[in-house]
Amino acid sequence: MESATVALGHAHEEHHGPPEAHESSRIDRQTLGILLFIVSEVMLFGAFFAAYFFLRVVVDPPAWPPEPYELPKAVAGINTAILISSSFTIHYALESIRRGNRTGLKLGLVLTWLLGMTFLFIQINEYVHLGFSARDLGFGSIFYSLTGLHGAHVFVGLCLLSFATIRAFRGHFGPKAKDHLGVEVPGIYWHFVDVMWIVVYTTVYIL
Amino acid sequence: MHNPLRSEADAFKWVVVIGGGAVSVIVLTLLTRPVVGLLWAALLIGFGAGFAYRNARGSLPRSVALTRGEDGKHRILVVANETVEGEALLEEIRGRSRGRDCEILVITPALAGSRASHWASDVDEAIELARQRMELSLIAIGRLGLRARGEIGDSDPNVAIEDALRVFPADEIVISTHPPDRSRWLERGVVDRAREQIDLPITHVVVDLAAEHSVR
Repeated sequence: MESATVALGHAHEEHHGPPEAHESSRIDRQTLGILLFIVSEVMLFGAFFAAYFFLRVVVDPPAWPPEPYELPKAVAGINTAILISSSFTIHYALESIRRGNRTGLKLGLVLTWLLGMTFLFIQINEYVHLGFSARDLGFGSIFYSLTGLHGAHVFVGLCLLSFATIRAFRGHFGPKAKDHLGVEVPGIYWHFVDVMWIVVYTTVYIL
Repeated sequence: MHNPLRSEADAFKWVVVIGGGAVSVIVLTLLTRPVVGLLWAALLIGFGAGFAYRNARGSLPRSVALTRGEDGKHRILVVANETVEGEALLEEIRGRSRGRDCEILVITPALAGSRASHWASDVDEAIELARQRMELSLIAIGRLGLRARGEIGDSDPNVAIEDALRVFPADEIVISTHPPDRSRWLERGVVDRAREQIDLPITHVVVDLAAEHSVR
């Protein structure tokens, strides 16, 4: 907030100390940056979903997934639960640092990282045992494209979480909002990755 | 318009809401047929989009916390942007200050040119324009023999008022707008929302700049 004072017709600048300026509906650059990046990512996923629905609705094969392929709904469901759990743990990490609880921050970040790694491991294991590849029909191509695209995002998220975790163990970050942007921004990205997986799982495996 | 995704906490809420919706779609699909789940998903998406749009329009379900000064001064919070130099507004301020030891805070919201500019925080030019208007207004108020100071507020006038009340224990609020046929603030219900949210006397002053200029 900028301010100026005029007394009895004589204009003069006057400094106003605390409280700090309210930014209210304005957001800091780092958060704005990740939000704009997420908007572009939504468009990218949108393109892949468009291809998916084109194959499923417009090409309209007799069965989906085409015979004899079958998707492991249960295993992927457990994997979904694991990934959603990681949203709770990253949120716990951030709530902890907002209250000045550094142990909670570290614990939340480590748990999130482990859950993310578990998700990725299970997904790779699923690929190995699926029984079809990206070269098997349009179905195989779009399945591996969508889930692979998401897997790549999980990998990027894990890299960001690794940086945040290392910094947390080195004593970085503090309770003030500007002092834990290094966790806040990866946290927003991680939630986006989770939301995208919810959409991918529901669309590809269930519907 | 309020950005519904401004922090990790907001993003987490989205995860919970979307996750909850997805669970209902999955359960329904597994119990019935995919087409039922698809219809339910479409319904939820439509409902969610409508709710988000309605919420983004600014129906804030909260009231603004107030503080009161202890020094016996009468404090007037003036909220105006393009009409901040209007004669009608100055006359209102003069009338309300007469015979009182008054402290006046003029809030000039920095109005972004578009919603995109607001969401992108691209308000540097708006802040500069608001600052210029505010300084002229302070000089005009000073000529009335009154002490006033000014601040640039958030581009949402209601948020700007809320911000100001955190640091300025106002006794009353004066909101100045263009006439109803030209006022975007009135179209957005700024005055009505302020009256709903704030338990203070609120005076709405209509400043017709075109009429004032033609008289001059």
